[in-house]
Amino acid sequence: MTDAKPIISIRNVTKRFGSVVAVDNVSIDIRPGEFFALLGPSGCGKTTLLRMLAGFETTSEGEIEIDGQPMFGVSPNKRPVNMVFQSYAVFPHMTVFDNVAYGLKVTGVPKNEITGQVNEALSLVHLEDYGRRKPDQLSGGQRQRVALARALVKKPKVLLLDEPLSALDAKLREAMRLELVRLQHSVGITFIIVTHDQDEALSMADRAAVMDRGVVRQIAPPGELYEHPNGRFVADFIGKVNMLEAKVAGQSGGELVVEVNGMGRIVVPHDGAAAGDIGIAVRPEKTILSADKPGGDVVALKGKVCDVAYYGNESHILLDTDTGVQFTSTVQNDARRVESSVVIGDNLWISWAPGNTLVLAE
Amino acid sequence: MEDWRKNKRVFAVFMGPATFWLLVFFTIPVIVIWVYSFGERGPLGQTYLAFSFDNYLRAIEPIHLKILWKSIWIGGLSTFLCLIIGFPVALGIAFAPDRWKNPLLLVVVLPFFTNMLIRTFAWIVVLGARGIVNTGLGWMHGQLDWLFTLAGQPDLLGRFTPLGLLYNNYTVIVGLVYVHLPFLILPLYATLEKLDRSYLEASLDLGAGQWRTFFSVLAPLAMPGIVTGCMLVFILSMGNFLIPDRLGGTDSLMIGNLIAQEFIKARDWPFGAALSFVVMYPVFIFFAANAFRARYLERARAET
Repeated sequence: MTDAKPIISIRNVTKRFGSVVAVDNVSIDIRPGEFFALLGPSGCGKTTLLRMLAGFETTSEGEIEIDGQPMFGVSPNKRPVNMVFQSYAVFPHMTVFDNVAYGLKVTGVPKNEITGQVNEALSLVHLEDYGRRKPDQLSGGQRQRVALARALVKKPKVLLLDEPLSALDAKLREAMRLELVRLQHSVGITFIIVTHDQDEALSMADRAAVMDRGVVRQIAPPGELYEHPNGRFVADFIGKVNMLEAKVAGQSGGELVVEVNGMGRIVVPHDGAAAGDIGIAVRPEKTILSADKPGGDVVALKGKVCDVAYYGNESHILLDTDTGVQFTSTVQNDARRVESSVVIGDNLWISWAPGNTLVLAE
Repeated sequence: MEDWRKNKRVFAVFMGPATFWLLVFFTIPVIVIWVYSFGERGPLGQTYLAFSFDNYLRAIEPIHLKILWKSIWIGGLSTFLCLIIGFPVALGIAFAPDRWKNPLLLVVVLPFFTNMLIRTFAWIVVLGARGIVNTGLGWMHGQLDWLFTLAGQPDLLGRFTPLGLLYNNYTVIVGLVYVHLPFLILPLYATLEKLDRSYLEASLDLGAGQWRTFFSVLAPLAMPGIVTGCMLVFILSMGNFLIPDRLGGTDSLMIGNLIAQEFIKARDWPFGAALSFVVMYPVFIFFAANAFRARYLERARAET
């Protein structure tokens, strides 16, 4: 942490439900104004962690500080955070206006100030003209905006978002991603979003924590997570990856010699320490397919095309390689051609520059 | 659902038995009673069909209206007490751990396994002059008396007179609340159980306290269950005749007793029918108004 004091400081937090450990000794510092993502598969403890920040779950061990204040024993209605629920939880018996005004009314904000603040919040989410509607007259996307306005009108120090986009259809989800980032920039509040969707986390967050079975595997900016994952789990969870098991055979001057199962020795650049059994991986879009054995300083494998998946903008070519592991190579369809240049049964070489190799110690 | 409505034959097969049952054993008898309510009583208790409003005029005589009014307030008070007692119970069961829900619900409906007549008589055993409560109080009185005697004050307490816990309006209310409590708890529980907890969490998250959340979010969202439960309890309490008859005093006559008397003892079916319908007309009006309101809301929604 280089600059300011963290707005949220999670220190060695553990949460147990009976004998199940949902969150296991997690420590995260979140900076003011950051768009932070908690990313992981379902059941990894990310939602439990968020609910502990909001105060709906107690911590079994460890401490949570929000804006320097310890949160132990502080009930949800006394915390300087607000939450956007996965189901939105927009009160069905109140109008849009009353929903947004609720949080102000209950804390005794004077009546004459409420109207102005509510209208301001509604215009922030482009719902100026919807104040008198009931929630059942709104679309899913509009309901979500109400939930956002209702939380933002409280001017929280941190906004917590629990899978906010999961209930929207694909097109709307994409639009809302941009919208959330725009909103975060305009209000300048720290956002913490829980998501299982790596695209969401990569495209929106300044930093993300990748969680797996209650443990934080890596905390880093999206680019770092994608290009320098620290282990097999993160590499596999973020994006697509071709992975081989390997053994370290030697290391010298920023280069690592590894013995790869079914492939022999290869030399890859690597700065950090590595020893014993490691994972060697490469992203599909960083591989090149060729009919002849490629020359030069590359890592190359022979394989037979077993499937071609067409996505319009690109195609995913699946190869059964000599190592026994199936590899995927992404080919951009940058020319207007209907027939694929690669067909099932082709014998091809798949290769990549050694620098594109991910060395996965964990 | 849409397909059922289109496919008339399937719809008829599913709805037929229930429709037939309600028509033959409910709608037609109600119509018969309604026709009777305009009739005349023969000298031997027969019912002659006629078209007279005499029965209704008699039904709204002050003496009968007084009984009706009393039934309404006793029914209303019983309903209110059921709500006060039943809401926390329903809430407790709805929020209990899953494995506790069914046993707790079983406890709520357990009294139904015993005949209502026996349960009513049980109250006499509990509240009677030689009942459990008075015996217990008498024993405590005796012990205290003995202590005071030891302390040299033998006549301080005097003789124990059993409390008159039975045969008054309050006993009737106790009985009505006891018998009808499950009818309030069950629909309320069903509503609360389905309620999305995140509404309550959202309320807390927005800064509301527990009480505020209860009155501004939980109670309004539970309203369908509250209304259903209260209507059931009110209608059943107001029309009940067994409990006022067994537990009530001489002035505890309720409308149900009056109707039962006219049908059974006085053999004046036309007047009994008119009394019944004096109670039923407001119910009809209520349901009709509700239906109109629902249709109005639906139309208003369709227009936006």
